[in-house]
Formats: sequence, C-alpha cells, structure tokens
Amino acid sequence: MNKRSWMIWSAIVLLTVLPLWFASAPPAEPGAEAPAIFGGADERAQQAIGTVAPGYEPWFEPLFEPASGEIASLLFALQAALGAGVIGYWLGTSVTRERARREAAAAAGSHAD
Amino acid sequence: MHIMEGFLPPAHAIGWAAASLPFLVLGLRSVKRTLAAHPEQRMLLGVAAAFAFLLSALKLPSVTGSCSHPTGIGLGALLFGPAAMVPVGFVVLLFQALLLAHGGLTTLGANVFSMAVVGPFVAWGVFRAAAGGGASRSIAVFLAACLGDLATYVTTSIQLAWAFPDAVGGFGASFIKFAGIFGLTQVPIAISEGLLTVLVVNAMARFNAHELRKLPVMAMENKA
Repeated sequence: MNKRSWMIWSAIVLLTVLPLWFASAPPAEPGAEAPAIFGGADERAQQAIGTVAPGYEPWFEPLFEPASGEIASLLFALQAALGAGVIGYWLGTSVTRERARREAAAAAGSHAD
Repeated sequence: MHIMEGFLPPAHAIGWAAASLPFLVLGLRSVKRTLAAHPEQRMLLGVAAAFAFLLSALKLPSVTGSCSHPTGIGLGALLFGPAAMVPVGFVVLLFQALLLAHGGLTTLGANVFSMAVVGPFVAWGVFRAAAGGGASRSIAVFLAACLGDLATYVTTSIQLAWAFPDAVGGFGASFIKFAGIFGLTQVPIAISEGLLTVLVVNAMARFNAHELRKLPVMAMENKA
C-alpha cells in the first residue's frame, strides 16, 4: 500500500473514532427525553416527528421485528459480512491474477533472452 | 435516512413509490444491458453491490452525537451509471425493511428514492461536472461519492419536512429541524465514504484496468 492510501485510511479511522471523544449527546426535543448519545439518527427523526406532529400515529407496523438488539446486530453483521466477503474474494483473486500475470511476463522475458 | 415503517402518510408513501418505480424498471434494464454487452464486468458489478451492502450496514458515530450509516451507492453509480444502482439500493432497503425492521415496506418507495435514485444520480452528475472541470480522478470520485451520500440525507429531510410541516414555520422550519438531524450527522460520514470510494476505485484501476477500460471513470488519468 502506498503512502497516500495509508493517509486516506488514517483519515477514515480518525473521522470515525474522534467523535467518540468529542461529541456530546444531541439536544433534547422540547417535551421529550434527551436522546441517548450515539443513538440512531433515524430514531431522532422519529422523535422529531413526534414534536412536529404530536397527533401522528404510524399506520403500519413492521411485519417482522428482530426479537432483541442482539438479533438485530446479528442481522446487521450478516449484511456487512456478505458485502465484505464478496469484496475480499474480488481483492484476493485480483492480487493473485496480477502476480500470475507478472510471473508469466517475467518467464516470457527470460525465454526471449 | 431510513424513514421508519408507517411514518409517512399513505398519500406520500404511494407518491414516492410511484416516483421510484420507473427508475427501478430503468435500472433493471440498464443492468441487463451492461451484463449482456460486457459479461466480464459481472464480478465488478457484484463488488459495487457488495460495497453498498457493507457500507449501509455500518452505523458510524458522528460529531452530532448520533449514529448514521454511509450508503456505498456512489461507487457503482460511477462505474455502471446511476440507473444501475437503483435495483441494488432497492435490494438493500428491502432486506433491511423485511428482516431488520429498519425502514419499512410503506416507506420503501421514499427510501429508495433518496438512497437509490437521488444518491447515484447526484454522484454521477458531480463526477461529470468535476471531471469536465479538470479535476483529477481521485478528487472527482471523492466529491461524487461524498456529495451523493449527503444528497440522500438532504432528500430524506425534504421528504419528512414535506410530510410533517411545522405548525408555525411550515416546510422551511421543519426542513431545518430534519436536516439538522440527518444532514449534520452525515457530514463526516459522507467524507469517509468519499475517501473509501477513492481507495476502491484506485484498486480497481490497478487490478481491473482491462475490464474497465471503456468506463469513463477509468478513462481519466489519475493526476493527483
């Protein structure tokens, strides 16, 4: 990996990790409990709907809900693993293919001599 | 950017679904055409889809003290055109709606529109503009993926503000409220997605130059 790629990786890690120290809990909606720190923005939007339109009732329920937070994180991990698996397979075959190509080129080159 | 199940009034839910449907049809045709013309790109289309699967499962902490996730849609939009990412985004959102109770079936149309329609088309437009303006490939890819991600969250804010205008301030006040939640939270995450997309595009340029030589993103010499 070249120097620029290292710098980009470091920037991504810093952008992700630094908020853990420097962010504080988001402000509470008027008349609602303060949201937990690092809760989902989706849930905060849901609370905000509650303050803008207090009378709104969701008219449809999810057909299936993960039985617990653990099950939900299992399914999220599964989603990420599927994606990472395919990307890892591609990277692995690509690196191998490039090496084979280089070796073939080197072998062809030594034959020519 | 997931609007929760049942959290859009029926008229909005139906309207957004109707708005997304033609793009989904267009996208399926586009994917079919790409695979028929360039079967060797199948693997890379899979990588683009996998990138969206992976990134949209990662909820990252942000400076606002909330967590949100990148979309991973920009990469595929740059490689295969914006329409190709509509079916990919649709599958991701359907998976999350059915199995994770994250988003929902009634809000699927609106969520597809923000993540799988606005996101890739903005990414594509930004890339064309930046590349046309003489930016290097890395800069153009970064801006495209970053702004495409951000545009998705601005769209969600517009959708919610439209459905739930503030009693006093109307659409504008409500939009500021939702954009404050989604837009600000998304800024560092969108930057991360832009950087990560640059890394993947660089890797593809190195390993898959042959399959990708006809794509506009690869035709650009990487100057920076």
